[in-house]
Amino acid sequence: MEEILQKILGEYRKNEGNIISILQDIEKTFGFIPEESVTWFSKKLDIPASRFFGTATFYSQFHLKPRGKNIITVCRGTACHVKGSEKLLNRLFLELDIPLDEETSTDSKFTIEKVNCIGACGIAPVTILNKEVLGKMTLDKLMKEVKKIKARE
Amino acid sequence: MDKDILIKVCTGTGGVASGSKEVLKTFKETISSAGIAASFSEKCSAQRVGCRGFCAQDVLVDVIINGDKTTYKHVKPDMVAKIFTEHILNGIPVAEWIVDKDYHTFHQKQTKVVLSHCGEIDPEDIHAYQAVDGYKAAKMALTSMGSQEIVDIVKNSNLRGRGGAGFPTGLKWELGLRIASDIKYVICNGDEGDPGAFMDRSVMEGDPHAVIEGMIICAKATESHHGYIYVRAEYPLAVKRLQMAIEQCYEAGFLGKNIFGSNFDFALKIFQGAGAFVCGEATALMRSIEGKRGMPTPKLWRSAEKGLWDRPTVLNNVETFANIPMIILHGAAWYSRLGTERSGGTKVFSLSGKVKNTGLIEVPLGVTLREIVYEIGGGIEGGKSFKALQTGGPSGGCIPEELLDTEVDYESLAQAGSIMGSGGMVVLDETSCMVNTAKFFLEFTQSESCGKCTPCRIGTKRMLEILERITTGKGKEGDLELLEELGHYIRATSLCGLGMTAPNPVLSTLRYFRAEYEQHIRNKKCPAAVCRDLITYSILEAVCTGCGACKRICPADAIRGVRKKPHRINTELCVKCGTCFDACKFKAITKS
Repeated sequence: MEEILQKILGEYRKNEGNIISILQDIEKTFGFIPEESVTWFSKKLDIPASRFFGTATFYSQFHLKPRGKNIITVCRGTACHVKGSEKLLNRLFLELDIPLDEETSTDSKFTIEKVNCIGACGIAPVTILNKEVLGKMTLDKLMKEVKKIKARE
Repeated sequence: MDKDILIKVCTGTGGVASGSKEVLKTFKETISSAGIAASFSEKCSAQRVGCRGFCAQDVLVDVIINGDKTTYKHVKPDMVAKIFTEHILNGIPVAEWIVDKDYHTFHQKQTKVVLSHCGEIDPEDIHAYQAVDGYKAAKMALTSMGSQEIVDIVKNSNLRGRGGAGFPTGLKWELGLRIASDIKYVICNGDEGDPGAFMDRSVMEGDPHAVIEGMIICAKATESHHGYIYVRAEYPLAVKRLQMAIEQCYEAGFLGKNIFGSNFDFALKIFQGAGAFVCGEATALMRSIEGKRGMPTPKLWRSAEKGLWDRPTVLNNVETFANIPMIILHGAAWYSRLGTERSGGTKVFSLSGKVKNTGLIEVPLGVTLREIVYEIGGGIEGGKSFKALQTGGPSGGCIPEELLDTEVDYESLAQAGSIMGSGGMVVLDETSCMVNTAKFFLEFTQSESCGKCTPCRIGTKRMLEILERITTGKGKEGDLELLEELGHYIRATSLCGLGMTAPNPVLSTLRYFRAEYEQHIRNKKCPAAVCRDLITYSILEAVCTGCGACKRICPADAIRGVRKKPHRINTELCVKCGTCFDACKFKAITKS
């Protein structure tokens, strides 16, 4: 881990980065922000850890807990909302047996995420399955995709 | 064979999601496959282009033979072979796949300025942009125009900020020019956070060089040498294409030191947002670039005086910058003539929701909302009836049928209780519940409120609680008055635009659809049958064939019945997800 963090530090120095760019690099590498990484940077740069955490919890892109292996993102933009994305979301929580106030399944295989709008409103409702954007989603189509992933796991 | 053949495939986010990458690949493979390559390869090429606008008919493909253009809709990889043999080799277009009259009415009332290159040129190739007069305006500005001269042209063009507030761009630049400082900044706001808006994404993905060129001209006009483009992290393709465009510019000498040999320097960087709606607000955006929490600061002075790192900063929206090269090339008078007296030019809107032709459109200011919904948009899909047009996202409002003849410009939309905003337009039909819509927006602003000022942090939370009460059948007399009172206070006392406009969706729906709110409160009914707690699903025994489709699909195991006999829903177990309602082919399931 030390090695990776050292590399991120190097990038930070080279590009005159800031706390956000460090957090973005950590998130990209680990998939979330491990506490140790923050304390490491806090010591190296002599910036209080609270500033890192304050920033990390402000932006929705950063996660303090590890996320599932498969990430299903449901767009909750206006166009997707009027075309029934709430239904898709509720069904996903039921199907993957994740409590409504959680994000990740207990076996860490799935994480359900909401995104405010990815700007593909012309093909609403939109979901993103492991980075692949799928438009004009229906309950049927979505359940088939979920089954495919489940079978793979 | 002396044919000049060009195939253009849409590769905006919408196109890619509909499978355009595979379509483009198949075209390229077909062209280079044996036999065809020998006779065609030099004059036949397939290329990616940016968003074509008409996302509802993606993947859209243009086949241009000797300048003669045919457009195909809903193209799939397995259709490529037929298009290739019949049209490209034998010259007979495949009639059944060509776009129909919807495609033409969609484009008829549009005037493309900002979008003139989107969907026409390869966004990842600087030469393609230069071939359509790209960087000519920047060169003129840097080598033969004075800063004040540029400012005057922009002022005379009557261009107003396309981010939504509509501040005159020329005035902003003049302020930036007047303030002396050794370091000044130009920032492009690409943090398009409004749900239901995708204009800026399409421009950044489809014509990134136009944005950069606009910024170079602004840098010259305000004598700034440092720039940032702030892009949402949710737009990975836009980030990638802008990054490529910036690298190409540095290589070509359009960015960096001594641009066009004019002794003018301008350095430009991308800053990726981290997912916070409030960062679309100028002061919050600057704090975010500084690496801090994106919280707005009180506007004691203008950003043009003290902005990023307390230096003078000119910040404009993506679309505003993309207009600039055209204004410099064609003149202020040409641009201002396109619009109305109070605001010049065109505006890009993203039209979505329950309308037939969804997509990206550009119209001269002054067209009516009716023209947008019924002519360009082709009316409501599925023969349903129009209910409201939501403009301006969570800061805007809902416009009812009787106001559809309102002309689009900053003032008239404000008068109708909405705002121009960045340009999202979502059409709602009879199946949309207005209380639910207002609640949807308030949930959004409430969770995106940065929490700094009390009216926004606590006020929106209280308003949301009232709306939740109403939509779950627990509303009481006096709730509507309380909503209005809270709304007015939040509007008057919040620190930034987010809070000041947050009550708009509630206030505008209360103004035009009050009866619907009253139905929820007094009769505990949701007329549009949307609010979950106010509806029940049941099966019409006379219509049910007992096919069992609903029973198999029900996630709560709430449907019971024997095959070929009418089924029943156990309302105790029913989670009201509506899956059975959608699954029943015989329309035997009702919600009331």
